Amino acid sequence: MLPNKTLLATAVLGAMLATAANAETLRWTRSADSLTMDPHSQNEGPTHSVNHQIFDTLIYQDMDVEYQPGLATEWHVKEDEPTVWVFKIREGVTFHEGQSLTAEDVVFSINRARHEHSDMRGLLTSISEVRAVDDYTVEIETSEPNPLLPNNFTNLFIMSREWAEEHGVEEPQNYAAGEETYAVRNANGTGPFRVESREPDVRTVFVRNDDYWGIDHYPMEITRLVFTPIESASTRVAALLSGEVDFLQETPVQDIERLANAEGIKNEQGAENRTIFLGMDMGSAELRTADTDDNPFADRRVREAINLAVDANTIQRAVMRGNSQPAGMIAPPFVNGYSEEMDEVLEADADRAKQLMEEAGYGDGFRVTLNCPNDRYVNDEQICQAVVSMLARIGITVDLVAQTRSVHFAELAREEYDFYLLGWGVPTMDSEYIFNYLYHTKEGDRGSWNFTGYSDERVDELTVAMGQEIDEDTRNEMIAEAWDIVHDEILYIPIHHQMLTWSMRDDIDFQVQSENTPHFKYLQFNQ
Amino acid sequence: MLAFLIQRVLQAIFVMFVVALISFSLFHYVGDPVLNMLGQEATEADRAALRAQLGLDQPVVVQFWNFVVNAAQFEFGISYRSARPVTDLILERLPATLELATISAIFAVVMGILLGIYTALRRRSWLAHFIMTASLIGVSLPTFLIGVLLIYVFAVELGVLPAFGRGETVDLGWWDTGLLTTSGLRSLILPAITLGLFQLTLIMRLVRAEMLEVLSTDYIKFARARGLSKRVVNLRHALKNTMIPVITIIGLQLGTIIAFAIITETVFQWPGVGALFITAVRFVDVPVMAAYLMMIALVFVVINLVVDLLYYAVDPRLRAQGGGK
Amino acid sequence: MSQEVDKRNSVANIAPTRPGRLRTFLESDIVYSWKRQPVVILATLVTLVMFAAALFAPWIAPQNPFDPGQLDLIDAFTPPMTTSEFTGNFYLLGSDSQGRDVFSAILYGSRISLLVGFAAVIFALVMGTALGLLAGFRGGWRDALIMRIADVQLTFPSILMALLIFGVIRGFLPRSMHAEVAIIVLIIAIGLSDWVQYARAVRGATMVEKSKEYVQAARVIGLPARKILFLHILPNVLRPVLVIGTIGLALAIIAEATLSFLGVGMPATQPSLGTLIRVGQDYMFSGEWWILLFPGVALLILALSVNLLGDWLRDVLNPKLR
Repeated sequence: MLPNKTLLATAVLGAMLATAANAETLRWTRSADSLTMDPHSQNEGPTHSVNHQIFDTLIYQDMDVEYQPGLATEWHVKEDEPTVWVFKIREGVTFHEGQSLTAEDVVFSINRARHEHSDMRGLLTSISEVRAVDDYTVEIETSEPNPLLPNNFTNLFIMSREWAEEHGVEEPQNYAAGEETYAVRNANGTGPFRVESREPDVRTVFVRNDDYWGIDHYPMEITRLVFTPIESASTRVAALLSGEVDFLQETPVQDIERLANAEGIKNEQGAENRTIFLGMDMGSAELRTADTDDNPFADRRVREAINLAVDANTIQRAVMRGNSQPAGMIAPPFVNGYSEEMDEVLEADADRAKQLMEEAGYGDGFRVTLNCPNDRYVNDEQICQAVVSMLARIGITVDLVAQTRSVHFAELAREEYDFYLLGWGVPTMDSEYIFNYLYHTKEGDRGSWNFTGYSDERVDELTVAMGQEIDEDTRNEMIAEAWDIVHDEILYIPIHHQMLTWSMRDDIDFQVQSENTPHFKYLQFNQ
Repeated sequence: MLAFLIQRVLQAIFVMFVVALISFSLFHYVGDPVLNMLGQEATEADRAALRAQLGLDQPVVVQFWNFVVNAAQFEFGISYRSARPVTDLILERLPATLELATISAIFAVVMGILLGIYTALRRRSWLAHFIMTASLIGVSLPTFLIGVLLIYVFAVELGVLPAFGRGETVDLGWWDTGLLTTSGLRSLILPAITLGLFQLTLIMRLVRAEMLEVLSTDYIKFARARGLSKRVVNLRHALKNTMIPVITIIGLQLGTIIAFAIITETVFQWPGVGALFITAVRFVDVPVMAAYLMMIALVFVVINLVVDLLYYAVDPRLRAQGGGK
Repeated sequence: MSQEVDKRNSVANIAPTRPGRLRTFLESDIVYSWKRQPVVILATLVTLVMFAAALFAPWIAPQNPFDPGQLDLIDAFTPPMTTSEFTGNFYLLGSDSQGRDVFSAILYGSRISLLVGFAAVIFALVMGTALGLLAGFRGGWRDALIMRIADVQLTFPSILMALLIFGVIRGFLPRSMHAEVAIIVLIIAIGLSDWVQYARAVRGATMVEKSKEYVQAARVIGLPARKILFLHILPNVLRPVLVIGTIGLALAIIAEATLSFLGVGMPATQPSLGTLIRVGQDYMFSGEWWILLFPGVALLILALSVNLLGDWLRDVLNPKLR
């Protein structure tokens, strides 16, 4: 879609005004910084949020999460060859450092994202080959027909091959090993903003890319974008109230009301495409942190007891102040395969939970460590504390370790956790993504975020099949079957689907995007 | 003089040596750097290779020597947490801390001396009583509580001053300063007060006590008896004699200010080395901790040395004794 | 400080058998000075009340805030002086985001503050006194070694030392143990960062005592060194140690609160006053002022009264300063 005419007119007008006299700076804050500017190293929301300003993707989801052409102008399955997708690449696009974009860069970027260090590889498992047919045509061959392949490209950023080779960053940064490469601190994209300066955890300054291919299609009113992560919730809010920042992504739930009543500030709210849940290592013979010499999580009754003890409704009421939707499954309602019936929240029942613990032979409880990020999801540490006190009632003593997400994710990836909090969004809007990352046996490119040790042949089979089935009904049946299996196993303890609040100066026109990815090229100022 | 100087310099070197030893032990015995850097998936061969690359397979004495040589060139390796050279991290954040520390030190010294003189000369006035009582509260309050209080009053309720960060900074190439912009200066006010308040009360009380003592000496009484004007007596004679111990304390407090900046920086999200250090302690990021320790030690040793020498220059009695305490 | 007052009470109990001592004490400078200063009397009372409250917290507090099983999440953010509509619990000073009773949390939090404060002071005092005696009495290389280490450590402010020691100890422990042993780590970190002052004071006093005639005499008649040290020198060097100790208590309490506030002290599941203030900061704007205000006031009162007592005691015990 291109913006409609009036919008376009205002946009152009806005752009003219902006270039003429109104250099508009937008000061943007949220709780934590991007982890890396290497576009393929981390598949993580805040990191993608920053990279979306610098880089483009072939296809992206706009502010209404509709799929839109990015660097690809059109795409289709090749005639007579159902396993080949053809992408037409936009012509006349240049990278910030001047290189022109060609099909070679796209091929290079996709292959880079398939590297074993790439966190994006789980999205690209079906691909067998990527080739450039000519300068502006790319063909992607999949091992089996993959009707939903384009949906996997919304966070797949395109880098310049020449640049990567020049700086020796042909391979993605190995994040879990703490590797540092040139690409972590420097970025050369085709996106609407270029990086002027970056100090990790302190400030990143972007300036408008006046050579942007879409400069006439989008409002592009911001000339300078200053991103300052602020750790403390109250400081973040104080900064907005006192006018030191203009846009606050992820408003702390306790401050929503105050900001709604504050003069000159408004809130935008909406459901986020993200579910928060607890994961348990049920696969190991013995837990790392527990005081038992076996693995209590391996017993389904224990998992059921935990599910019954964790009272999602109370967490929604007290911790989230109503700003969440308690969940029964770990797929948000946006996603194909979501079922209202499965998402129904269990009535918390501590007595029944205790009884189950008794039956499982853990009547006296046990002790285990819960690992939790403290700057990733809305009130993540608070949720974990609530879980600690809920589990204490059924005899499980939980030691809580809450730390910053960079450490949390690195340690999680190194499989050091028994019991952890995680949130999962589904940019492809399809259950396959969830099964691929969270339920498939952890092997090869699949199951890379499945730290439960769960492995089920049938689920693996279905997961692979989902990626190849063309017939929609058959495919949906597979998804339903897979959900039935895993739902019954209680692999994860769902807590809620997250709701989003963005707060901003009230002369800003910007709506919440359910991926929680602000595309600042769309932001407009009401003059 | 020379003996005194040599003794002091030797002592400074000794301190640095001990600190280097501690920093090195941190590296050597806290956590396994190889495990930290490679993760669990790495093979034994990978680990051995990295061990060799980092020189961890050499005898401890050689490693310590390498550490000292590297430290002398400000090489402290890579931060475990952010995977960046520690020296870069520290240099990037040093200007923020130094600016904050300098401004609060000036604030503390100027206000401290002025208030100290006032409370000594007018010690029966209600204002002096009020200042003395307030100063006791100032000493008793933890720094962070003062910071939180100031944020609450001036940023939240009144909304007149920024609550976090350095505001806009100007990059001078080698130095990133907040002193050249209005927002930078406004951002400096609350953190500088928070950080300087404790030192202010300390200096004020010291100046007052010294001043009172000097004022009661025969020398001043005699000067007064000689008919010198009160102002001349107070300022020229009394103040001058007060300054000797005050200089020492101020010098020593400079170092303390840099250390206490850790707290202020955390409260105000001030992007300085103190905040960096706290994060390092939280995540057991050994290279950053070790480097910070060495840096602070250097600052302290230099300050101590300068203060000793100044003291020596100012106090004739020390010169007569020819050194030693 | 309160030891003096405690002593007065205990002396009062056994008064009939020892009238002489009691009278001596009541007529002493200390009591005279105490009676003359209303601020000090007030500080004593406040300190006593807070000590008692912390000591008897398990019996006074309606809830054990460290036992997660006792928290009712559903009661989160109950305002002060309110009875919860869900559980019927009464919250005198309100409840926090986890349904933790703020009043109970303050009682238990001050308990941690005082426990860490006293333990750290005792740790530093014992270590410092022992090393100071050793250095002062024996002299020689022991003296040189101890005093050089002291010099090095004195180069750094104690809060920085405490932070470092804290970081190092944690580096040795597995992360899941951090919460469990936080309090012990705090005591050691603060104590270890503060021994130097005692050592220096004791060393100086010991050297003075050592040269006095009675010690020389004791040596001449062949009393063993240990006896001389404990029976003759130790009692005479305790006065400065006590003075430093009382000031040290206030400093240790503040150090603990500061470390916890910085997020490297007590964890949020076992909050001390500093932790409570750190957590309460998040609710500065949202109208739940009690989560920040009450712990803040409690810490302020505690630190101020202990400090006032310490100041006063220093003046009284240290005649030179008067």
